[in-house]
Amino acid sequence: MDDIKKTFATLKKSKEKALVPFIVIGDPDYQASLALAKAIARESDMLELGFAFSDPIADGPTIQAADQRAKRSGMSTKKDFQFIKELRKYTNKPINLLVYANLVYQQGIGNFYRQAKEAEVSSVLIADLPIEESTPYVKEAKRHGIMAVFTISPLTDRARIKAIAGKTTGFLYLIARLGVTGAKKTVEHSVFAMIKNIRSVTKLPIVVGFGISNKAQVHEICKAGADGVIVGSRLIQMIEKNKNNPKHLLANAAGFVRELKKGTKG
Amino acid sequence: MEGYFGKYGGMFIPETLVPAAKELAKAFAHCKKDKKFLTEFYGLLKNYAGRPTPLTYCPNLSKLLGCSLYLKREDLAHTGAHKINNALGQALLARNMGKTRVIAETGAGQHGVATATAAAKLGLECGVYMGTVDMERQKPNVLRMRLLGAKVIPVNSGTKTLKDAINEALRDWTATVETTHYLLGSALGPHPYPAMVAFFQSIIGKEARKQIVGAEGTLPDAIIACVGGGSNSIGIFKAFLNDNVRLIGVEAGGKGIKTHEHAARFADPRAGRPGIIHGAKTFVLQDDDGQIANTHSISAGLDYSAIGPEHAFLRETKRAEYSYCTDTDCLEAFQLLSRAEGIIPALESAHALGYLIQHKREFSKKVVIVNLSGRGDKDLGTVMKALHLRE
Repeated sequence: MDDIKKTFATLKKSKEKALVPFIVIGDPDYQASLALAKAIARESDMLELGFAFSDPIADGPTIQAADQRAKRSGMSTKKDFQFIKELRKYTNKPINLLVYANLVYQQGIGNFYRQAKEAEVSSVLIADLPIEESTPYVKEAKRHGIMAVFTISPLTDRARIKAIAGKTTGFLYLIARLGVTGAKKTVEHSVFAMIKNIRSVTKLPIVVGFGISNKAQVHEICKAGADGVIVGSRLIQMIEKNKNNPKHLLANAAGFVRELKKGTKG
Repeated sequence: MEGYFGKYGGMFIPETLVPAAKELAKAFAHCKKDKKFLTEFYGLLKNYAGRPTPLTYCPNLSKLLGCSLYLKREDLAHTGAHKINNALGQALLARNMGKTRVIAETGAGQHGVATATAAAKLGLECGVYMGTVDMERQKPNVLRMRLLGAKVIPVNSGTKTLKDAINEALRDWTATVETTHYLLGSALGPHPYPAMVAFFQSIIGKEARKQIVGAEGTLPDAIIACVGGGSNSIGIFKAFLNDNVRLIGVEAGGKGIKTHEHAARFADPRAGRPGIIHGAKTFVLQDDDGQIANTHSISAGLDYSAIGPEHAFLRETKRAEYSYCTDTDCLEAFQLLSRAEGIIPALESAHALGYLIQHKREFSKKVVIVNLSGRGDKDLGTVMKALHLRE
């Protein structure tokens, strides 16, 4: 498995930024999701994979629907980890997990990170875990050699950015706009100031997500100094649209990610 | 740790909401000691909400049950439930913080109506999230909210009840946090909500304590209140925490604990255990992985998978005890109170009375206060349907 730090360092040398597609594990079902993860892993630099949750309060309607499809297809925490283990046969690229706190808590925090380690997960981001509550989670992540990823929002002030960076070991996930996840066509200009602001207090990689759905946005954000871009909802809309046509889905999704990847170069 | 009741509570929210929750905690810490704020708040409770609400002795039911039964009449507060206390408090706080809009979630619609009312009174814009299942079963309240100038936003996701309404309200807040205050209706959610809602509702217990001492010359033996999220119960319990008074919270037993169709977080060891939902660590109904369970109750206001964290703490420290009342026993209590005392209770509040009826032997010759948290007009449709089906 490739190290997150090494991935960002290698990209830097070749003057590229990281393209990180996000999907929910098991959407629309285990096999189709695995085929999709394999296909998009080939076209990108890192994967972000979500565990479906019943009440995803940080997510908009697109990802909520993906969570519902995955749950209906019979996914569970055990199957989610099994999925990643299987995926690991096909890709060494870093995998960032996106989960909600209760899914970690119910496994037993240490046990969750142990399973993540066994599945060769690189880092974990817990959507509803601010740094104030993070001590036991960060401790267990460290113990199992998993990196901790935290988010920064447009409302996070400078002192808090420093505090968050102090807890983060993987990369900082900058939320590009107020609100929940969901595809938008343009970038809000506050993002550029936020990237500068974060850069002035930490050397950690900055990866930007929420509302990014096209190559022009990817390019704009990379130009502004981000180290990577996460694209989720637009990709998941493709799953929704093509869930009964797996071949079409694979070709479309791979093509979409390939196109976005171009936006991270030069 | 800040915002914890023992090991329960906390602030489990996305980063975008953290500055707002902290700003709110600071504003609340200031206002609860600020003479000007408190004068305005208690003034509104008195002159607008109609407080103090009476403590009514029930001679007919007392005779029937073999105890001395008093009802704390929150049904007589403006808008017909205790929810107005908290709505006025938070709306004032929101206005003081410079927010121009409030949003709320609602199950039974009582909190939505209270929020719409407080917003109208204080000149704030108002949006209320409500599951479409609840909109159907609490129609009159939907109309009331609209008349009061609020925008009722139907929630079609998940179970289309309170849990999903909270999800949507949190999502709205994440996008609008700069101008909007989330006026959460129960003693739930991230810090400072559980403590803040309990503070604004504690007027119930303060009044009841004075009133019962006035009537009986002594404190009651027991206080019984229904528990959805737990705001009316914590509101009346607070004033008696240091007294030798039994405090009993009654959860929604739905179709019975064994059917798994209920909302009794403490009564079902298979599904109810500590977890993290909607901003707090507390008792929640869930599956083995921690996926939040769907719930059932005849009363929309109790139909929710988690309980306020302070209740989890009061149960753990054995200061309060918790039981449940089924849909059937609730309906019986609903009819009995209507006929015996001429008071039509909310289905939520009927759970507290239903518990007393089922356990009347335990309370023989005792002085008991049941918190009648709301009036039942909103429930007539549901009750008529349920009674008809049983005939």
